[in-house]
Amino acid sequence: MIVSVASGKGGTGKTLIATSLALSLSDQTKVQLLDCDVEEPNTHIFLDIKAEQSSPALLLIPHIDEDKCTHCGVCAEVCAYNAIAALPKKVLVFPELCHGCGACSYLCPESAITEEGKEIGVIKQGSSGNIRLVAGELTLGEVAAPTVIREVKRHIDTAGDVIIDASPGTSCPVIEAIKDSDFCLLVTEPTPFGLNDLSLAVETTRKLGIPTGVIINRAGDNDQLIEQYCQEQDIPILLRIPLDRNIAVLYSKGIPLVEGMPDWRRDFLQLFHRIKEMLPTAEVSR
Amino acid sequence: MKELVIISGKGGTGKTSIAASFAALAQRKLLVDCDVDAADLHLILKPQVKENNEFWSGQSAFIDNEKCVECGLCEKVCRFNAITNNYVVDPISCEGCGLCARVCPVDAITMKDNMPGHWFVSETRYGTLVHAKLGIAEDNSGKLVTLIRTRAKAIAQEQSLDYIISDGPPGTGCPVIASLSGADVALLVTEPTLSGIHDLERIVSVCQHFGVPALACINKYDINEQNTAKIEEYCNSNSVNIVAKIPFDNSMIQALEHEMPVVEFSNSTATQHIRALWQNIVQELDDARTEKQT
Ligand code: SF4
Ligand code: SF4
Ligand code: SF4
Ligand code: SF4
Repeated sequence: MIVSVASGKGGTGKTLIATSLALSLSDQTKVQLLDCDVEEPNTHIFLDIKAEQSSPALLLIPHIDEDKCTHCGVCAEVCAYNAIAALPKKVLVFPELCHGCGACSYLCPESAITEEGKEIGVIKQGSSGNIRLVAGELTLGEVAAPTVIREVKRHIDTAGDVIIDASPGTSCPVIEAIKDSDFCLLVTEPTPFGLNDLSLAVETTRKLGIPTGVIINRAGDNDQLIEQYCQEQDIPILLRIPLDRNIAVLYSKGIPLVEGMPDWRRDFLQLFHRIKEMLPTAEVSR
Repeated sequence: MKELVIISGKGGTGKTSIAASFAALAQRKLLVDCDVDAADLHLILKPQVKENNEFWSGQSAFIDNEKCVECGLCEKVCRFNAITNNYVVDPISCEGCGLCARVCPVDAITMKDNMPGHWFVSETRYGTLVHAKLGIAEDNSGKLVTLIRTRAKAIAQEQSLDYIISDGPPGTGCPVIASLSGADVALLVTEPTLSGIHDLERIVSVCQHFGVPALACINKYDINEQNTAKIEEYCNSNSVNIVAKIPFDNSMIQALEHEMPVVEFSNSTATQHIRALWQNIVQELDDARTEKQT
């Protein structure tokens, strides 16, 4: 089963949930944890896992063979992202605009374009016990987060359970991270911001057709804000983690909740079983 | 005119609360919400939309199944796996590169323009706000951010305002870069957690990469003073000036629940720190001005 953990905005405790869920499951079975928050990958802070393997995430960008090029300008004309400019005597490529779509090399009449991989991120992998961590990290100054996420997700092995830590928001990187999940957990907090961001996140999972449940982090006196919304939208609230100074301190030190407070393991396992029960078995990717 | 961008790497550090407080404190300013993906600032500023504009950007492919002879070429060339077995384009995966439309032997594919969002010019009780809303699962957030910043600058110039204050998006990717490039000063709001430190380091590198001077503000600095010391050490060795250390203060959360800037909600410790912070920033922005002129 593939379960992704997302939230409309950052800082809601997404990584806390993803790591605690993975750790709790790993007592019993093999788990893969994918860090798809490639702009701010943080799972490694909570899990003491050394990267055993590291491989580049590449974007294929065009390379012009000046000997073959006749300066016909086709490549510049077909590029939808203005990443190529054809001057009378030279063809210029702007790698930071290139999406790696391959149109220019495919359509060049002289076969003057080859593609070369440009490193835009790294994929780090490592294991500890039953957990296999695959984490993507976007090179700073690069913009193609979805490409790095796609590369992380190529490593999905559905022989065991898969937990995905997605990036915050509702745009392309989040979509790339959560699509094809069997279930998506949305983490929120009981504030007007939390509610606003949650409703956007719910629209996103609906648009993708992914079954969804909510986790309230820093729960307390104002939970009815979220409860009312979830009731109206018919979305289950699957877990509450209270606003608690001790939990905040564990988080600040990078200690996973279920290690600092092992009693929580039971709650996370129950959470996982509830998700399983909610899904029609035939459709779960295994 | 000086442009300040407030960013945090990840959200949840109090960035928007601080931005809203600046909105209340600053004079002769224009406000921009660059978080076009999951905007929050409007919850506090309660804008009255004056101008509602469509944002057109990018294209998506459409296959005319009447014309399609199911040769499979489009599916083969698409790098984004956007074409399914039944020759239907998944608009969420399609990046609009247009290659499929160019290779289709029977011209069954057309490219249609997308309207991924809207952008607005609004009035608030703190002045003009330029903001935007990207549709769900839409692309091109960077372009939308660039567009609203350009518009904001034009308005600020027309009205000869002194400051542009923008609330930036989370992350380090394309919308963040679009928010930062060319800004005069970036204020990085962080908190003393290990994740906060990690995110800060990444966002400082992005600022350096794009040559934007960075200032740091440590929010809730007293929840882990050891980590606060680490942040200070890091900032000192990377010439990032720490312009505020705000203690954990419940009034920040209460103000949020009342959808008010904390500086208007109560005269709490946090309020006093944020007032001082704004004074520091005005100083830094004015310095940035003289430096540029000389
Ligand atoms: S399409 Fe090929 S031949 Fe034409 S300008 Fe581009 S690289 Fe040169
Ligand atoms: S690969 Fe695509 S985006 Fe990149 S330069 Fe070629 S046509 Fe443009
Ligand atoms: S336009 Fe490009 S991304 Fe979209 S379906 Fe066609 S080939 Fe794929
Ligand atoms: S390339 Fe054209 S004809 Fe061939 S499968 Fe695609 S749409 Fe149909």
